[in-house]
Parts: sequence; C-alpha cells; structure tokens
Amino acid sequence: MTHLRRDDGFAGRGDAFYEQLVAAHRGLSDADSGALNARLVLLLANHVGDPAVVAEAIAAARRGLGEDVKGTQEDR
Amino acid sequence: MGTYEYRPYPYVKPPELAGRAGPRRPVIIVGAGPVGLAAAIDLAQHGVASVILDDNDVVSVGSRAICWAKRTLEIFDRLGVARRMVDKGVTWQVGRVYHRDTELYRFNLLPEGGHQMPAFINLQQYYVEEYLVDRALEFPGLIDVRWKNAVTGVRPSAEGVAVTVQTPDGAYPLEAEWLIAADGAKSTVRTLLGLPFEGRTFEEKFLIVDVRMDADYPSDRRFWFQPTFDPGQSVLIHRQPDNVFRIDFQLGWDADAEVERQPERAMARVRRVVGPAVDCDYEWCSVYTFRCARLERFVHGRVVFAGDSAHVVSPFGARGGNGGLQDVDNLCWKLACVLRGEAPAGLIDSYDRERAHGADENILNSGRTTTFMTPKTAVERQLRDGVLALAPYFPFARALVNSGRLSKPCHLQGFRGFAPDDDRIGGEMRPGTPCDDAPVVGGDGRSGWLLSHLGGRPTALVFVADRRDATYIAGTAADACIPDLAVLAVTERRHGDLPLPELVDRDGLVRGRYGGATGVTYLIRPDQHVLARWCGWDPAALGAAWRNCLRSGKA
Repeated sequence: MTHLRRDDGFAGRGDAFYEQLVAAHRGLSDADSGALNARLVLLLANHVGDPAVVAEAIAAARRGLGEDVKGTQEDR
Repeated sequence: MGTYEYRPYPYVKPPELAGRAGPRRPVIIVGAGPVGLAAAIDLAQHGVASVILDDNDVVSVGSRAICWAKRTLEIFDRLGVARRMVDKGVTWQVGRVYHRDTELYRFNLLPEGGHQMPAFINLQQYYVEEYLVDRALEFPGLIDVRWKNAVTGVRPSAEGVAVTVQTPDGAYPLEAEWLIAADGAKSTVRTLLGLPFEGRTFEEKFLIVDVRMDADYPSDRRFWFQPTFDPGQSVLIHRQPDNVFRIDFQLGWDADAEVERQPERAMARVRRVVGPAVDCDYEWCSVYTFRCARLERFVHGRVVFAGDSAHVVSPFGARGGNGGLQDVDNLCWKLACVLRGEAPAGLIDSYDRERAHGADENILNSGRTTTFMTPKTAVERQLRDGVLALAPYFPFARALVNSGRLSKPCHLQGFRGFAPDDDRIGGEMRPGTPCDDAPVVGGDGRSGWLLSHLGGRPTALVFVADRRDATYIAGTAADACIPDLAVLAVTERRHGDLPLPELVDRDGLVRGRYGGATGVTYLIRPDQHVLARWCGWDPAALGAAWRNCLRSGKA
C-alpha cells in the first residue's frame, strides 16, 4: 500500500515551488485566495487519486486544528 | 562604545595638489571597503598599479558584513589575508532553525572533510577592512590608498576615465584607463553617471544589535521563527569574535525606526533574549530595511561596478559581501590581461555576463528567503505557518523552511569562453566550476592544499603516472603558447625530483574530486575556475582554450 510521501518531492527545488505558490495568490482578495487553495487541493488530490493517501494527508493537515489542539507526536 | 578601537588613517595631501600632476593611472578604485581593497590587492598581485579613493578615513563603523563564506575565504587566501581572518574569526558550519521554542532542524554547510577553509567564519567588517588595508600597504609601489579623497565628478571616454577628486586641501583631476566603482549601495559613481538602480523593496524593518557578553552560546547560526522571547516575527543570532554577538530582530513594517534604534530600547529586547543573569554591554545597533536591486549592466565603457554599487540583496544568506568578493575574483585577472595587452578590452564584458548571473542568483535566493520570512497577506501567512506546522513531522516541509540560503560559489557552466565538457572524465569539476580544494603534499614533502597552488595565473593541472609523463609534459608545455602558464603535476606518491612542481595526492581526494585518471588535464583560470578539461595532455588544445577564453567578451 502506498503511503503519503514525506520526503522532499521537489528534490531540492522546493524554494521555486514555494515562490510559484505565493505568486499564484498575488493580487487576489482573501476570498479569492481561499477559492484558489480549494481548487488546488481538489486538483492535486485528484492527481494523487488514492483515497488512502488523501486520508493520510487530511489527518496530517488537521493535526493541531479545531478540537485536535493537542496534536499527535507519534510519527515525529 | 565598542571593543574595537577605530584609528583614522592619515590623510596625505595628494601630489597633484602640490603641483606634481601624476601620469594617467592604469586603474582608479573608488571605495576602500572590502571590495575596493581586495580589488587593489588582486590587481597588485598581477603587477597592476591602482589608486584607491575613499571619502572617509576609518574602517567600517559597525560590524556590518560579518559572515564570510568558504569561497570568499579561498579568494582571501589567494590575496594573502585569509589566515589572519580565520585565526581571528569564529568558525561555524551548522545552522539551527527553531519555531517558537522547538528546534525544527539543523543544516550543515560543509559535511565533508578535506578542505582548508571552513564553511563560514564570522568576522566584523572592521577587522576585514583593517586586515585588507594592512595587506594593501605591503604593495607601496602598486597601491596608493588616499583617505578623505571624495570623487565628485566622473567623465568616461572611449579610452579611459577622468575623475574630479575633492580633498581637505581642494580639488584635483585624475585620469585612468579603467575605473572600478566599489563605492557601495549608495554609489556616488553610479549617481554621477545617472544610472538607474532598479529592483524590489521589501516592506520590512529589522534591528541588528551587537552586544558583548560572556555567554556560552554556540558558534552555530541560530534562527527563530516566531520566538517566544520576542514579540517580533523572527530572531537571528550570530557569534562574532571578542565575545560580541549579533542579534537580528524582525520588527515589522510599522515599527518606528527612531524609537527602536535607541540603545536602551534595543538592550531591553536583548535582555529578553539572553535572560537577566548574563552581563552584557551594548556595542552598536542599526535599524534597516532592504531591497534587492542591480544595475542592468555592470560595465559601462571603462567604468566597472563591483559589489554593492552593482547589486544589493537582503542580508539573509550572506550574499552581499560574499557576492562582492566573487566580483573581484572574476574581474581583476581580466583587467590585468587587458592592461597587459594579452586580451581585447571586450573580455571585460564576460565579467558583466558572469557576475550578472551571480547577482541574479543572489537576488533570487535572498528574495525567496524574504518572501518566506515576511508574509504580506493573510494567505501568505497561512502558507508560511502551514510549512512551519508540518516541519516537525515532514522532511519535505523542513526543506521549504527558509531562514536564508547561504552563499555558495557561483557556477558558470555553459557560459561563453568555457570549453564544452568531456564527460568521460569523472568528478564534478566541469568547465565553469570553481575548483574544489583538497589536501596535497608538495614535492618538498610539506603538507598543504590544492587551492594554494592554483590561481593568479592560468594553470594546467595534469595527473601523471611517472617521471616519463612529467618530463614529456614539461618539455612540450611551451607549445601551449600561454603567457605565464603554470603546469602542475598531480601524483599518487612522491617522486621528489620531477621536472614539474609536484602535488602528491596522498589521500586520493584530488583524484576523486577531479576524476583524476592518468593523463587527465585541467586548464584553470586565474580565478580558480575550471576553463576546460581533457582526458590527455594536448598543449595545442590548452592554448586554443585559453585564447578562446580571452576572446569570449563580445557576443
């Protein structure tokens, strides 16, 4: 079974990716930025195409949010 | 204030004002900062005389540039000043990055051994300038440093540059074939020529405070995002010599610079960092904003811009001073070749091309760091905080955490003038690459370093098996027709009486790093960059590669 990727998928080019992501939001209102992020999540989740991996990603992203304020440390 | 005692350098009435108009100089250098002084020393080592004009008479006030990278130290070593700097400086190679009070990760800037110079030293700019001045004074016939000589006019022409110089005794004219403008971010020469200096201003204010204290802090670079001990967005601590620490606070754009630079206020911030128990004394502080900008061209006829006058970057990454020294390294041997008539003046255009590439790399990296450190909108902050939140758990997120991508040597692979690579040769030293160091033993049996033998002149590095190889190479080297060519033989074991200077690669690191099978030949530029490499010794090919390099200026 495939697991959520943890290592640097951009193989050292992460700074360029981050810059690209920030630039994509330039000139957008907060609401439009939220919409952009939602669409991005949908596109990238579909690209992954594996509900189990997406579930892992959702769990990792939720850590520390909402009621899960304590967070989990098991896979630190 | 201060552990450092500033001693003004003597102003001397210039001979031109005593009625002795000097001859036209080969080179005028405007600015006696690290870049201008290093340029004068590099030129002097090539036998080229220069006059340095500086409007002031002391070294840098405040520690300013403190982080000097390995490549810079290798350049300083070629200029004869690195030993003193490394002895005095604080050596470090590990950066530690924290979020609130948790250490996220560490990065090691020099994980392998076999290099003479450390990854970084921290040394206050005033020491760097003092050591460079001392070194410059060892060339009395070649370097004429003139303090309190301010350039007030620049008139470039096709064959040279005429300047007007203002002194306490009045103004005088001076002419030179070339002028190097090393007069900093607010360059007078750039302003006098009316050149636009365009770029991007970052809306953020920072406070740097130098304090002297007896703290057992590590030498590592330590950076906090959202520290628990300061209301600002980030804090960076560097250790300097003399128990001086640099603490850099990110204040936010709305901070009041006049208020924040009050020493009492700055020291209150410091106190929250170091705690109540440590004795600490105020040294210096400065509130700064920054921008990333560069001249479109670094060469304007016979006026060449180097260092901050040509390009400025954010300080995170230590790419300002280190970038400026790489400018010097690239420029001076070319100027010397042109002034000796060995290369056309167009060679200087290759400086523009190669160092513009370096400046763009530095601007790109320091701009990205600043974007990460200073989120400007709600969504930028969410993305940044998302990276920090995931970083303890995910290596990919740690790779995105950007507290500064520290200065690395600039690669020039694929640039005009460098030979195409021969990919049968192993190792990473492709044409355009700055040479890696490695330990070697000289023919006299003394241990040393490869880079100490390279640089300052065109150099052929040849991997030889035996005396017969070396004899053949020594006998045919003149066929390359390269003036002042040095030919060095790398051997596996010491022969002792080869007809070429011998570098014994006892640890095998030269062979490993340079793919040094027997016969492999490197041609290395005077700035220690690989120009070409071949599987075998071919003096005609060496000569052709060198002459192609010298003609590589104009497009």
